[in-house]
Amino acid sequence: MKLTVNGEAHEVAATTLAELLAALDYEGDWLATAVNSDLVHKAHRAEFQLSDGDWIEILSPMQGG
Amino acid sequence: MFELFGTPLSSRLLLGTAQYPSPAILADAVKASGTSVVTVSLRREMAGGRAGEKFWSLIRSLGTRILPNTAGCHSVKEAVITAKMAREVFGTSWIKLEVIGNHDTLQPDVFGLVEAARILCEDGFAVFPYTTDDVVVAERLLAAGCKVLMPWCAPIGSALGPVNSTALRSMRGHFPGIPLIVDAGLGRPSHAVTVMELGFDAVLLNTAVAKAADPVGMARAFGKAVDAGREAFGSGMLEPREVAVPSTPTFGRAVFS
Repeated sequence: MKLTVNGEAHEVAATTLAELLAALDYEGDWLATAVNSDLVHKAHRAEFQLSDGDWIEILSPMQGG
Repeated sequence: MFELFGTPLSSRLLLGTAQYPSPAILADAVKASGTSVVTVSLRREMAGGRAGEKFWSLIRSLGTRILPNTAGCHSVKEAVITAKMAREVFGTSWIKLEVIGNHDTLQPDVFGLVEAARILCEDGFAVFPYTTDDVVVAERLLAAGCKVLMPWCAPIGSALGPVNSTALRSMRGHFPGIPLIVDAGLGRPSHAVTVMELGFDAVLLNTAVAKAADPVGMARAFGKAVDAGREAFGSGMLEPREVAVPSTPTFGRAVFS
């Protein structure tokens, strides 16, 4: 399945968002995820089914003014 | 005690966390300022990266309230999804709402701001809107559900200080019961004193402290300035006079000659 993760193209075997995070070595409870501009709560990642062409954003805390 | 959304705060200074020379200096500046609210943001995390974890761990160790922002968002859609992601990560419904309308001035897109504020207020967010000093926009933000207003006093990072004190004074007069926080444009502690003397409830700043030669010293100076301005506002300042008035009593003055 072809996906875009944080602006970069990926081809992955993962079928759920949780599997994708694990496959790409994202871990930790400080991450927020969105698929196609909709928030996917941490608790829903394991059941969230990805589709070919999905656009995924994975964000974490950083400095801000 | 100063309160925002029912939360008592010991300081009227809100401090940004960006652009410091090091995490240690950031932490020391936060402590020196006496602030009880720091602003943070969200950005893309690298695969396998732990930058976010390190920063988040540092911020939590400071023991302050967290005010996430939607900095860099140029559309309602971007701002709304960023706010929702911030709530997920930071565990707070507080959000400093920025919808930027101009790349050069970083002026807020006030039309998008009002729209995004309405969406987020309806979703239960405590919205801190970064806005201009326009009273009509402020009224629309309040109608959209905002309980706090954060007008700029000059463009972000400009350090110009209050360029239109008349507009700020007008805002204060129009919204006597609304917490007003000057956000953006402050460069010196004297600027903070000025807006606090106008009756603003608090100030939010970042660059003026982070980019100072000594951020910790400047953070302490801003903390004192905010307190001084607030106390002056509540203490009844003299109006300027065109003539000199002797401060030492003239009664009983000796006459020689």
